[in-house]
Amino acid sequence: MSTIQDILETNRMIEENKLDVRTITMGISLRDCAHPDTAIFCRNIYDKITRTAEHLVRVGEDIEAEYGIPIINKRISVTPIAIVAESCHTDSYVPVAQALDQAAKTVGVNFIGGFSALVEKGYTKGDRILIASLPEALAQTERVCASINLASTKAGINMDCVREMGETIKRIAELTRDRDAIGCAKLVVFANVPEDNPFMAGAFHGVGEAETAINVGVSGPGVVKRALEDVKGKDFGVVAEMIKRTAFKITRVGQLVAQEASRRLGVPFGIIDLSLAPTPAVGDSVAHILEEMGLESCGAPGTTAALALLNDAVKKGGLMASSFVGGLSGAFIPVSEDAGMIAAVECGSLSLEKLEAMTCVCSVGLDMIAVPGDTSAATISGIIADEAAIGMINNKTTAVRIIPVPGKKVGDSVEFGGLLGYSPILKVNPFRADAFIARGGRIPAPIRSLTN
Amino acid sequence: MERDHMKVVITIVGQDRVGIIAMASNVLAENKINILNINQNIVDGFFNMVMIAEMSNSQISLKELQRILSEKGNEMGLDIKVQHEDIFEIMHRI
Repeated sequence: MSTIQDILETNRMIEENKLDVRTITMGISLRDCAHPDTAIFCRNIYDKITRTAEHLVRVGEDIEAEYGIPIINKRISVTPIAIVAESCHTDSYVPVAQALDQAAKTVGVNFIGGFSALVEKGYTKGDRILIASLPEALAQTERVCASINLASTKAGINMDCVREMGETIKRIAELTRDRDAIGCAKLVVFANVPEDNPFMAGAFHGVGEAETAINVGVSGPGVVKRALEDVKGKDFGVVAEMIKRTAFKITRVGQLVAQEASRRLGVPFGIIDLSLAPTPAVGDSVAHILEEMGLESCGAPGTTAALALLNDAVKKGGLMASSFVGGLSGAFIPVSEDAGMIAAVECGSLSLEKLEAMTCVCSVGLDMIAVPGDTSAATISGIIADEAAIGMINNKTTAVRIIPVPGKKVGDSVEFGGLLGYSPILKVNPFRADAFIARGGRIPAPIRSLTN
Repeated sequence: MERDHMKVVITIVGQDRVGIIAMASNVLAENKINILNINQNIVDGFFNMVMIAEMSNSQISLKELQRILSEKGNEMGLDIKVQHEDIFEIMHRI
């Protein structure tokens, strides 16, 4: 039986340190929905999603109430639309995005991911239509999230797509300029994308996945920060050990929630994503963990090392607490969604270049980066190419979620609202990459792809 | 849904007054919920109690118990939380 100390510790983590389960994401295969008639296809996917996920939100709320652990988001990921919509006789997938949006509203989830294409080695017809549909699809829908995988360690980097995504992101920003380019916050450009990630905006249900799956993303940067306050001044062995122990506890809660959700919904348990996902709320920041290790402000020399230790210890601690681990698994460093990162940018200690270095050792990449509205498409493509190269060479997932905010410049800030937070506009290197990006083609897979 | 073992943790916090434990115990007894452990103290006039109880034989669900205790708690100016015990077990025991 639990002791009073255990009970008080758990409830303190929940109440004071904002421990929560960030998301229960139900993956749903849409492979059996394909149809040449787009209207019928849209009805098929709407019906399948609303039928399969009918009880998702209620079950999530029940678990939340019974265990007293907040479950912030209930979400849905689906098979990449470029694949399942490919046989439709159409040149636009905007109606498909609208069907997804409607299905999300009907079942009450705040985001649905999978308006996606996997083009690391090249395009199919469906991939081209999906990418061409992105600006309108993201401007006309509220809850649909999109992702494009344009590089992998095995395939190299699709530089044609890198160029195209720079231009696409600019068009999305333009089409949603009245809402500070919010459309760009719903699009992630990946290298080495995982196919079972429960976190938005990059979630989709991979083609190797089962019919349905429950994937859970845990969180709890506030709990780790609080634990480190108890080992002030101690050496890094002690710090790593403390993070591991805390990550273990956090992940056990995620495992419990995942098992319960899986049992009650009759949907197989997929994976736990071992993550530290910050929110803009005070006390829920990854940057503040790094500062607790002894840095004056996130971005100071030492930040990359601190993040490397944190990221590794979270995985080591979490791994033993869950039967299946997957997704992105690691510490997220989104700028606008983390009060400490925002403050670090505002005080001048954190730059885009330092963030890029940090993405070598964090779970994903450049996330929720607001840049001046006049940043060129080629510059955005250059930033994407750099991230993709880091992912490709280091055999890790990297991603770019960048928002060129029309009309804004360095010194301004932008408010996205809710979990997306707010951000000062980051300075971008003004030197041009146009001729580099214009080359196109493919960057070949690196030597380390030849592992057989 | 009935299970062999269904333990709950009841946490009560609020201004101390006569009858808090009596109220909680009554609710539990009326609903065939067996108290296994009580830990209670007063700090600066503030009442803190953590109770572990077994409700496998109860006719009501955890959610109903939450509703009843929360109503009674509101009447007495108390914050009462009821949680499934598994969350504490899983976090602290391997």
